[in-house]
Amino acid sequence: MFEKEKLESIRVSAKEYRERLEAQVKKRPERQSGFVTDSGIEIKTLYTPEDIADLDYERDLGFPGSYPFTRGVQPNMYRGRLWTMRQYAGFGTAEETNARFRYLLEQGQTGLSVAFDLPTQIGYDSDHPLARGEVGKVGVAIDSLEDMETLFEGIPLDKVSTSMTINSPAAILLAMYIAVAEKQGVTPDKLNGTIQNDILKEYIARGTYIFPPGPSMRLITDIFAYCSRHVPNWNTISISGYHIREAGSTAVQEVAFTLADGIAYVQAAIDAGLNVDDFAPRLSFFFNAHLNFFEEIAKFRAARRLWARIMKERFGAKNPRSWMLRFHTQTAGCSLTAQQPMVNIMRTAFEALSAVLGGTQSLHTNSYDEALALPSDESVLIALRTQQVIGYEIGVADTVDPLGGSYYIESLTNEIEEKAMAYIKKIDELGGAPEAIEFMQKEIKDSAYRYQMDIESGKKVVIGINKFQMEYEKPKNLLKVDPAVAERQTAKLRALRERRDNQKVKQVLVNLREAASTRENLMPLFIDAVKAYATLGEICDTLREVFGEYRQQIVF
Amino acid sequence: MSERPIRVLVAKPGLDGHDRGAKVIAQALRDAGMEVIYTGLRQTPEQIVEAALQEDVQVVGLSILSGAHMHLFPAVVEGLRAQGADDILVVGGGIIPDEDIPLLKEAGIAEIFGPGTPTTEIIRFIREEVAKRTQKEEGRQ
Repeated sequence: MFEKEKLESIRVSAKEYRERLEAQVKKRPERQSGFVTDSGIEIKTLYTPEDIADLDYERDLGFPGSYPFTRGVQPNMYRGRLWTMRQYAGFGTAEETNARFRYLLEQGQTGLSVAFDLPTQIGYDSDHPLARGEVGKVGVAIDSLEDMETLFEGIPLDKVSTSMTINSPAAILLAMYIAVAEKQGVTPDKLNGTIQNDILKEYIARGTYIFPPGPSMRLITDIFAYCSRHVPNWNTISISGYHIREAGSTAVQEVAFTLADGIAYVQAAIDAGLNVDDFAPRLSFFFNAHLNFFEEIAKFRAARRLWARIMKERFGAKNPRSWMLRFHTQTAGCSLTAQQPMVNIMRTAFEALSAVLGGTQSLHTNSYDEALALPSDESVLIALRTQQVIGYEIGVADTVDPLGGSYYIESLTNEIEEKAMAYIKKIDELGGAPEAIEFMQKEIKDSAYRYQMDIESGKKVVIGINKFQMEYEKPKNLLKVDPAVAERQTAKLRALRERRDNQKVKQVLVNLREAASTRENLMPLFIDAVKAYATLGEICDTLREVFGEYRQQIVF
Repeated sequence: MSERPIRVLVAKPGLDGHDRGAKVIAQALRDAGMEVIYTGLRQTPEQIVEAALQEDVQVVGLSILSGAHMHLFPAVVEGLRAQGADDILVVGGGIIPDEDIPLLKEAGIAEIFGPGTPTTEIIRFIREEVAKRTQKEEGRQ
């Protein structure tokens, strides 16, 4: 990036600077003996052109909207349109969540994001014994198409984009969404949204798996194939580092393990006979925005460049859209404290700012009371307003990649890319992500333990936990899920089973069982099944009979 | 006083997959010299009781973040009692609202450790409680 002569002269003056620096530090020692990022990357006192002497602007940064997309995926980024402000929401019954959705849309939110309860995520109906105590707790309970119709009542599906955090049964929930849209008169090609559909990180870090890896990957590639033909604007997967980070990984591990999972999906789809450029443009990603501000910004930039290089060089993708890493970001839930919870508003704001400076396509900001309960209407509003302040008031969205070219940011971006690549090589050697689940789990667990011990030793400061503790007022109006939700949901389910055409349900499930043991694409069968009001639990049980269930290896 | 290390079962009842806390605690207890068994995810109260008896533990640590604690924690204590194992210390952690804590204690959960609790505090609590129970046991013999 710099002329040789100039660089030489900078080297000379830098040497002089370092001498002065040493003298200064000798006289007055620094706050701590060394500085490192969350990933353990050593942070220098100062970054200069020396640190990015090998950077080639066109090769390594390029222009936004062009390969390797280090500076962003669109030519003008937020000058055209701000990121999508998308708050993850869902609790209780479909009626309650529908009301929260309408409230958020009225407040200026621009996309929906559905949280499902755990029985739904694991493919159990609300009346299943394992669903006891869990119905409607961490998200909305969806048992059948009937609930899905209620969830989106009065919300025109051709006007909003909807993200659904659903993985193992993603195909079935997508089938329900397509069926609801059809009832609204909206054809599948008009639908916009995302299903998370990322099973590998469920095995690694999040835990809502049902089936073993083989059939799970097949469901995913069925979705890729179906959507590329019928639901062309749908993001068929959101390859997620978020939960890997929440489970305790570092920023480098988050990038590495997420992209390693991405590689596995692309390979699986190619192995299933798909053309890379037919499905790759619809892959999307989901990252965490944690507290270590500059490392997070560099992480987003490094992830974009690394993915572009992987898609172009490793998989030979030709379509520029296949090279683009588009991503959603959520601020770090694990950085929130139960103590002095209002401080969480600041933490979240800085994390959100890092995501915007890193070029996110959509953003969820956590609410300050989330270390205590599900967010209340009031706290979720402040979280949304935080994004609006960033977008509308402080000017950071007015130019593209404002930190690009910073010696520090560029140097960190390089280091994160390098270290993530080393991990990806290691995972390749282990046979790819599906074979490296336990390896990744162990790495994450070790990082989580180190993080906790750093807090306990005081090496890492957490306000309210190990420094500046004080008595504080607990937030009132914490959201409490009505305990009668389970009964209401179970009663609805019972009524549905009496009312529907059970002969037809039996038939669609028989058809599904037969198709599941062949290589036929299952999406059309799921659509038939949900339209007949077969329940999610019934459909998943049918698949369990054919596919079996995943058994976790305990890594600790 | 016996020098036998304290044996602990760390368990994840319910359906949530958030096991960062459980694993960190398990490792901290192990580093503190205890023998620790971790069950893995999605354990029913019945499975936890069975594992506690089979592994002959003195302590069961339950971790949950899904909100189903009011159903699942007491069920573990009841299960242990039904098997005559009410000498086993049961503690819990996770996202547990304040107003639920007295009810859980009434149900026999000895202590609830919320977010931000240092692992050293949990280690100290377990050591003290186990020592009390061991003394009582020895007093009876």
